[in-house]
Parts: sequence; structure tokens; C-alpha cells
Amino acid sequence: MSTGTNMTTTTASADTGERTVRKNSPGAARSPRRTGRIRRIGLPYLLLLPALLLELLVHLVPMVIGIVMSFKELTQFYIRDWGTAPWSGFDNYKVSLDFNAPVGDALLHSFLVTVGFTLLSVGLCWLIGTAAAVFMQDTFRGRGLLRALFLVPYALPVYAAVITWVFMFQHDNGLVNHVLHDQLHLTDKPSFWLIGDNSFVALLVVSVWKGWPFAFLIVMAGLQNIPKELYEAAALDGAGMLQQIRRITLPSLRPVNQVLILVLFLWTFNDFNTPYVLFGKAAPEAADLISVHIYQASFVTWNFGTGSAMSVLLLLFLLVVTGVYLLLTSRGRKTADV
Amino acid sequence: MRSIRAAAVGAVTMSLALAASACGGGSSTGGGSNDSPKTLTYWASNQGASIEVDKKVLQPELDKFEKQTGIKVKLEVVPWSDLLNRILTATTSGQGPDVLNIGNTWSASLQATGALLPWDAKNFEKIGGKDRFVDSALGSTGAEGKDPAAVPLYSMAYALYYNKQIFADAGIAKPPVTWDELIADGKKISAKGKSVLGAEGSNLSENIHHVFVFGKQHGADFFTPDGKADFTSDGVVAAVKQYVDLMAKDKVIPTGNAEYAQNQSVSDFAKGKQAMLLWQSAAANLKSQGMSEDQYGIAPVPVQSGTPGTGNQVNSMVAGINLAVFKNSHNLDGATKFVKFMTSDEEQKVLNTAYSSIPPVKAAQEDSAFTSPSNAVLKDTLAKSASALPQVADESQFETAVGTAVKELFADAAAGRPVTTESVKAKLQKAQQQMPTK
Repeated sequence: MSTGTNMTTTTASADTGERTVRKNSPGAARSPRRTGRIRRIGLPYLLLLPALLLELLVHLVPMVIGIVMSFKELTQFYIRDWGTAPWSGFDNYKVSLDFNAPVGDALLHSFLVTVGFTLLSVGLCWLIGTAAAVFMQDTFRGRGLLRALFLVPYALPVYAAVITWVFMFQHDNGLVNHVLHDQLHLTDKPSFWLIGDNSFVALLVVSVWKGWPFAFLIVMAGLQNIPKELYEAAALDGAGMLQQIRRITLPSLRPVNQVLILVLFLWTFNDFNTPYVLFGKAAPEAADLISVHIYQASFVTWNFGTGSAMSVLLLLFLLVVTGVYLLLTSRGRKTADV
Repeated sequence: MRSIRAAAVGAVTMSLALAASACGGGSSTGGGSNDSPKTLTYWASNQGASIEVDKKVLQPELDKFEKQTGIKVKLEVVPWSDLLNRILTATTSGQGPDVLNIGNTWSASLQATGALLPWDAKNFEKIGGKDRFVDSALGSTGAEGKDPAAVPLYSMAYALYYNKQIFADAGIAKPPVTWDELIADGKKISAKGKSVLGAEGSNLSENIHHVFVFGKQHGADFFTPDGKADFTSDGVVAAVKQYVDLMAKDKVIPTGNAEYAQNQSVSDFAKGKQAMLLWQSAAANLKSQGMSEDQYGIAPVPVQSGTPGTGNQVNSMVAGINLAVFKNSHNLDGATKFVKFMTSDEEQKVLNTAYSSIPPVKAAQEDSAFTSPSNAVLKDTLAKSASALPQVADESQFETAVGTAVKELFADAAAGRPVTTESVKAKLQKAQQQMPTK
């Protein structure tokens, strides 16, 4: 704080100093030049300072508090005054990672469900998004309208969109059962979508529905950067549509896809709103995503220490995955460039 | 140059402001005071058909209070889905309301946090003494042997609501008294193409309220006398199985109800699609959904055999709302005055009439407004055959763990999977393992 204030005064006075120096005696410019350099180097940091403090306030401080909480026994007896909560060392972590005991076992189950769900959801989002973007490359009547229409799920508020799905998935009066059972007669009896094993399918459908427009948008932007000449040359050489996609489109989209997949992965893995609105506080086992699981472990059972420990573990996992992913993909790109 | 300097100054100023606000963010978690004697914040639970209805009921009373004492009460009606989380957050941050409604089953759990003002003899004296309240209601205000964490505000009990027309069509003369009778009546009702009994299979609290009563009827408790979770005793397993079997084996609860959690079963009943409903003080709710009082009858919840009473003849939990004072309040005197006002004989009559609940205050209960046949059933149940949910600190975890187990069993039943003693026991075992070990 005080350094900050000092810095302004120095900068300000150095500034006036320099101005006088420059006007009166050009010979004595050596030391002002040095302060000028300091200022040049210092200024970007100074300008970054508010952002840095905000970042600290909004992101890092809560994260650090979360990590501290994970080492405490923070149950209902202590939440009123966190200071009095006893330190529990690695107990919360031991409980979370002991896969032979119920809490750890449930966490592992939830983790595996989440991994499977994320892989499927990201894969489908990417596939549908890319396919749609490629098909929308050629101009045709109504293209703008379709593009806008495709983006609607992405633009809708999550709650409004997902609650509509809840109504559609209802057993007795839902649209899904009405179509599948009453009209198409695909099932012998109306299915349950919001409880039991089908809930995984329901969750996946909503997640893909909500996620693919983003993939579509990003890939569409990426496609604008591929020079038309490449396709023309390929067409002259006799490459068909599929070959053009395989040899030109996909390689050119590589950097875009690298970021897109990572972002989709992180969003989907951490998604809380969709499962929470779909299933409420207690998700069915088949669709027990880790974010809701952790919420339940901390808020519903009032054990914030264990919940924090689980969150820290999740953070570590995502950090490792992201790191390895970036390492692998960027190395791959370098070799490709060579 | 000048603009860069301005930017630099701006950056530093903003950093300073940020740092200062970050430092000032915390708050004391110390005790309460009387620093702001002219205002109170009140969190009311959602008792009426909607939050708007609640505001209409409560605001005139709050105005009355302001006229009497000069204290302005800021009202916020908090929906049930948020209430417990809001209270937990308020407890954690120390920033909460002055007075608040809590579900009476949470009393012991919230008492353990130490966030609520204990109602010792001195505090009770300020609102007219403990004797003014009915004993059964006082039984749900906190752990035994400790000063209550709250005072009773509204009392409710479960009853069997039945559609008179459907019963007449099916040739049923009087409401069932035992579960066997209910199942037998169910066959006649199903034959007429109506569904028999409603349930909220995905609502954890509803599940708990019912299996708790079934547990009592099987002579079993979910907690040992010293407060340890005991979910796998034969009695508890039989109790949970009997409840889920109403869908799985006896087919009186439609399978679709397995995913109900937003009071859809009340709507089904109000619309005349379903013959019976087990609900607490449903009159106001049914009325708001367009079902008039002469269309349905109210009877005590069935028992295994004989008539409702104590012990194995219990047929309802002691349901209700308690009024608590947040220990951190900056207007403790005003808060106590407000509790006195809300539990006064006159206000009790007004409020409990509006919400079709029973006053937990003895004198108010005598009023003629609460002697109608429907209220008589509820009053009788509360007085003679209702039992309080376990008043233990882990109650809220119990609701989640066992409530989820029952929800999953309902999902099995709905999917046509067998519900056996083993499968029930396995789910309860899992629930028990999730409880805090201490």
C-alpha cells in the first residue's frame, strides 16, 4: 500500500524533474534517463496492480481459504466461529481418498461417472458443433437464421433452459415420454428420466444440447481463417469433400480445437447448474456428478472441511489434466510445424 | 505523458481502494447488542400457497407491531429450498436476520452451531413463560436437557385427506383406519381408474417424515438413546420397506410419484385425480388450488391396528415452525419483543387461521376457530399420537442420508426392480455409513 503511494510521488516528481532537465541542461540527462527507464519498466506493473489485487480478492483469497478449510474439522459445531475449529491435519483427505470406506467409495464412483460423462459430452459437443459449422460454410438462403437459431441454447439462461428440460423429462406428463412412448411406441411403458439409470442419458442430452452451440461458434470462427485457395487447389487436385475436411479443415482447425476441447472439458467437468437444476440436492447414483456430490458433502451434511478437501483434490486433478494436455498438444504442434 | 500519469495515479488509487475494502470486509462474530433498536429483519418461511400470499398475511401484522413498539420490521419470505442454506450462510458469516423461522426438525442441528439465542428461563419470562406453550410443540425446540433454541410458532400434524366423491364412487363408506384397510380400499379405487395415494418420492424431508412414523409403528428409532445413528435394526428396515412397498408391492402409490418433489401429489389430489393424500395441514394449500373444503374429508393417518395413540400407535410427527432469534442481532430487546408479539394469543389466532395450522400456545388453541372437525383431527393427533423427530445434532444429516436412501428405493420400485428386505437394508447401511462418526 505505502509502496504504491511512494511510487506515484517518485514518478510524479521524476517526471517534472525530467521535464526541467530536458529544457535547461541536456548534458545532465544521465540519471533522469535511468528513472525514465524504471518508469517505463514499472508502469506496466503499476497498471496491472488493480487487476492483480482484484484477481487476488476474487480468485486467490477464496482458493487459499478453501485450502485452509480442508485441513480443519469444520462441522456444524464450528461454523459460527471458524477460528475455533480444530485442525485435523490430513484427516479430511484420508476420508475422501479411502476408497474402501463409504465416503471415499462414493467419491470415486462420482468421479468415474463424471469422467465418463465429460468425455461423452465433450466428444458429442465437438462432433455436432464441427459438423454443423462445416455444413454452414457454404452460403445458402436462410443461413444467417439457422446460425442464430443454433446459438439459442447457448444464449438461454441455464435455469430457464434446464427447468424446461425437467418438465419435458417428467414421467407422467413429459414431452419426451409422450413422443417416445405414446406416439412412436418405442418403449413398452413410460420411462423414468429423472431418477434411476436413465438419468445419465437425460443429463448427457441436456449437457450436449447446451454445450454444442459454443463448439459450433468457435469452429465457425476458426473456419473463417482458412484460405479459400487451399480448397480450390485441393479441388483441382481431385480431393473430395471428405478428403478436404481431413487434409485441410481439421489440420487448420488444430489450434482452435486445442483450446476449444480444453475449455469444454473444464466447463463440463465442473458443471454444477445442469445437474442441480435437473435432479436437485440428491442426484441419482447414475448421474452423480462430482460438483453436486461435493456440494452435498459440504452443504447438506454440514461438513465443510471434507467438502473443501474434495474440492482441493478436484482442483489438483484438473490442474494435472490441463498441464498434461497443454504439454502434449503443444509439443505435437511444434513437431508438426517442423 | 500526462495521461499516463493520470492512469498511474488511477491505478494506485484503485488498488488502495480495493485493499481497503478487502480489509474491511470481515465482521465480528461476537455476541448481540442493542445498537439499532428501531429496526428488525425477519426471515419468514413460506407457509402459504406462495411467497406473495405470505407477504399479504404477515405485513399487516408487522405494521401492527410497528404501531405498538415503533420498531420497523423488514420482512423477507424465504422459500423452503433456500431457507436452510441461507441460515447456514448467515451462521458462517455472522450476517443474518434478527428473527427467523426454522423448521422445527432443524432445532437441534442449528442449536449445535450456537448461532441462535438460547431460550433460558429468563428469556422465556420476557415472552410470558414456558407454560404458555403446548408440551408436544416444546419437544421439538432443541436437544433434551438444553435450553430451547427457538420457540414454537405454528404446529402442524399429518392427516389423511380423502376425496369424498372418489370414495363414494368406489363404494367406500369410511376412511381407512389401518394400512391393510387402506390397501384394500385402494383396490376398489384403482378399479374405478383413479390413483389411490400420493407421495413425494424424491422429496427427502417428506420421505423422512413418513419412515419416521412407520418406524415408531414398528417400535424402532433411527437413533439410539445416546444419539448414535441406528438405521439397520430390523424394525427400521421393516418400517422403510413397508413405506416403499406401498408403491412396490401394494401398488397404492403410483410409480410416477417416485420423481415427485414439488408437491405434485397435492396438485393431483386437488385436481381429483387421486383419492388420498398424507399431508400436514393441507387445507389452505388445497383451497388455493381450487378444492373447496366440502370436497374432501380429513381422518387420522392409518396405524397398523387399533387406534392412534402413543408408542406403536403414533401416526404423525410433530410438524411445525419455530421462531428463533439470531444471537448476533443488533437489536436483541426488539427481537424478544417481536417474538412476544408473534406468540401472543391474538397474533397466534390470526396467523394460524391464515395458515390452517394449530397454535402451539395453549390459550389460543382454545379459540373457536380451531375446533372445526378438520382442525379437531389435527389437534387430536398433536395432543395424543404425534411424536417429535429425533432432537439430535445430526438430524439434518439424517434427513439427507436416509431421505436419499428412500428416494433411491422408490426409484427401484418405479423401475420395476424388486424391493427386498436385503436391498432396503443395504441402502440403509450405506446411509448409516455416511453419518458423521463421533
